[in-house]
Amino acid sequence: MDAIILQILNGLDKGSAYALIALGLTLIFGTLGVVNFAHGALFMIGAFCAVSLNKLLNLSFETVDPTRTDFLGNPAKIKTPYVESWFGPEFGAALIDWSVPLAILFSIPIMIAIGFIMERGLIKHFYRRPHADQILVTFGLAIVLQELIKHYYGANPIQTPAPDAFRGSFDFGAILGFDPNTIIYPYWRMIYFAFAAVVIGGVFAFLQFTTFGMVVRAGMADRETVGLLGINIDKRFTIMFGLAAAVAGLAGVMYAPINSPNYHMGMDFLVLSFVVVVVGGMGSLPGAVAAGFLLGILESFASMNEIKSILPGIDQIIIYVAAIIILLTRPRGLLGRKGVMED
Amino acid sequence: MLGLNKKDATLLGVVAVLVIFAPFILNPFPADSAMAQFNAGYPDLMQRFVIFGIFAVGFNLLFGLTGYLSFGHAAFLGVGSYSAVWMFKLLSMNVIPAILLSMVIAGLFALLIGFISLRRTGIYFSILTLAFAEMSFRLAYSVLTPITNGETGLQLTLEDPRILGQTATESGGIPVTNLFGLEMRSTEVLNLGGWSFQFNNGYYMAGALLLVAFYISIRIFRSPFGMMLRAVKSNQQRMNYTGLNTKPYTLAAFVISGMYAGLAGGLMASMDPLAGAERMQWTASGEVVLMTILGGAGTLIGPVLGAGFIKYFENIFSKINEAVLHSWFHALPDGLENAIVWVFEHFVGSGWHLTLGLLFMLVVTFLPGGLVEGGQRLGRLFGRKKDAEEKTATQSTPAE
Repeated sequence: MDAIILQILNGLDKGSAYALIALGLTLIFGTLGVVNFAHGALFMIGAFCAVSLNKLLNLSFETVDPTRTDFLGNPAKIKTPYVESWFGPEFGAALIDWSVPLAILFSIPIMIAIGFIMERGLIKHFYRRPHADQILVTFGLAIVLQELIKHYYGANPIQTPAPDAFRGSFDFGAILGFDPNTIIYPYWRMIYFAFAAVVIGGVFAFLQFTTFGMVVRAGMADRETVGLLGINIDKRFTIMFGLAAAVAGLAGVMYAPINSPNYHMGMDFLVLSFVVVVVGGMGSLPGAVAAGFLLGILESFASMNEIKSILPGIDQIIIYVAAIIILLTRPRGLLGRKGVMED
Repeated sequence: MLGLNKKDATLLGVVAVLVIFAPFILNPFPADSAMAQFNAGYPDLMQRFVIFGIFAVGFNLLFGLTGYLSFGHAAFLGVGSYSAVWMFKLLSMNVIPAILLSMVIAGLFALLIGFISLRRTGIYFSILTLAFAEMSFRLAYSVLTPITNGETGLQLTLEDPRILGQTATESGGIPVTNLFGLEMRSTEVLNLGGWSFQFNNGYYMAGALLLVAFYISIRIFRSPFGMMLRAVKSNQQRMNYTGLNTKPYTLAAFVISGMYAGLAGGLMASMDPLAGAERMQWTASGEVVLMTILGGAGTLIGPVLGAGFIKYFENIFSKINEAVLHSWFHALPDGLENAIVWVFEHFVGSGWHLTLGLLFMLVVTFLPGGLVEGGQRLGRLFGRKKDAEEKTATQSTPAE
């Protein structure tokens, strides 16, 4: 029992990342009808927003401290980050420590801007082109973004630590009445899950309870009629693209402490996220979220030793096996609507 | 000739001439000149040109004709490589059985994957093929280690049985791949003045196979079968309404295309007898998509051009580094030089993929027909100019 709970918990954080990316992909697909292969790159850029803020806050100047010497006998140089000298050592250190959560605020405008530029500059011209062309051009864009990041940040993963306060693990089993130390779960992963839940809830609430969201949903159902009513649906869809980019970026920011960002993390997640979207049903937002968590949990169950000993290697391929089975038995995915992508 | 019309025969002839004289064409600079590093006429690279040419021609038979975008074609290439290396390990170092087996195994794989994937169209098909390829890649890395040798990659050893050949050479080394005694890696060097031209056995064998593959592809394009595939591309639903089952046709195209990929994989292993799982990764599948689109999907010569173009510039661009750039622009004022070098260094050396990505985006956006369409447009542009010139010429000489 405790093993099962542990695996479910383990699946939640990866599942959250899948769900967030798949949600963004589905938003773009549902509104603009574009298959965005560059979405993984947006996730990666989000993670590098966290890296950049961390580096920015760590910018330091050197002072020479004549009272101390280093091991060669020269006066020791002490690095002091600018923020510490501006805001005082304690607040400055706290700022640096909390760089990842702060990057959430920092990344939202950046991601929305990137989303706008992408949509207006490139994707706008591909609405009327075949899906294959959209896949190909966004695939090219993904390569470009990935290589730019590689050029400026290097090819190695960059450690971006979570705040000190969240670095430990939480003894989940003690609450549920199991023995201590049977179900341990890192704090940050819990936070990631909670954060993902808030973001997903926020997006759904935005679409469900605001006038703007209502118009967007109407546009998703029948774009032409909404346009005929005199509403500038294109503008709203552009904003939705920015929102989807921000969701992917936030998923990336918060994922940075879990998995040190490197330039190809976007591609790694993209392939899986596409599988998630297709399993959930192209164009269905709840389907994308459900499939994200489902596949995340499935993956973590498959990596249990008991299961691996029966079916070796299953942990590597379980997601793909599940995708193949679901696509062949339920061609529209779990919650897919009729008439989406069936040309 | 050979059942081709004049235009196709000319095309085949052009490709044949290019393949035969590639060691000269790709070696325009003398061996000891400063530009010699931009020569591409060495065996390793030329082999890659033709092998990826075969791969892309095969991919084009599927994507160009039926419009099914497979994102998992590298799986067949990888399977082909593994089968070929196993043949070298177990049977003999002759490349014929290895290549045959790699085509057969890749074909069987394609039959299985195609049978399942072709039940869906559009993006679902792309995702299914991608899923199968990633599955093969991950399995090759983990569980199938006894067959694939995991991360190390499958290699020849001195303990291999090689029942029809020899386990080790007399000098105690691993025997080399050959075609009835003709060693694949042996190279004749012809020194002419400052130039040195290299003629490699492996390259010419692969080149001959490229010509065969290209010929078959022309025949398929011009056959009723090819017409049927194009009908599937333009409107599959209508085909179904006329009571025709399109599945056998698309499946046949998928299997043929998979066998081309297997042939390419087998050749790759024949040139250099090792096989690694990274050949099956989805980035490798993406590469062949890039080649085909860049050259021109659905055209005969496009994929070959695309493969050559990408492999050539990958090689050239990777060699240019900051020092080379500085030496090119050092006549300029310092500030300007640094600025130009700063801009260019993003695109060369390890930045080659950036250039490729940008180029690919530009091609998809402005030239959906790829290099071939670009060539045609240029041709038309100049053709029209010629017409116009002729007109003015006739006008300027009035007939009194």
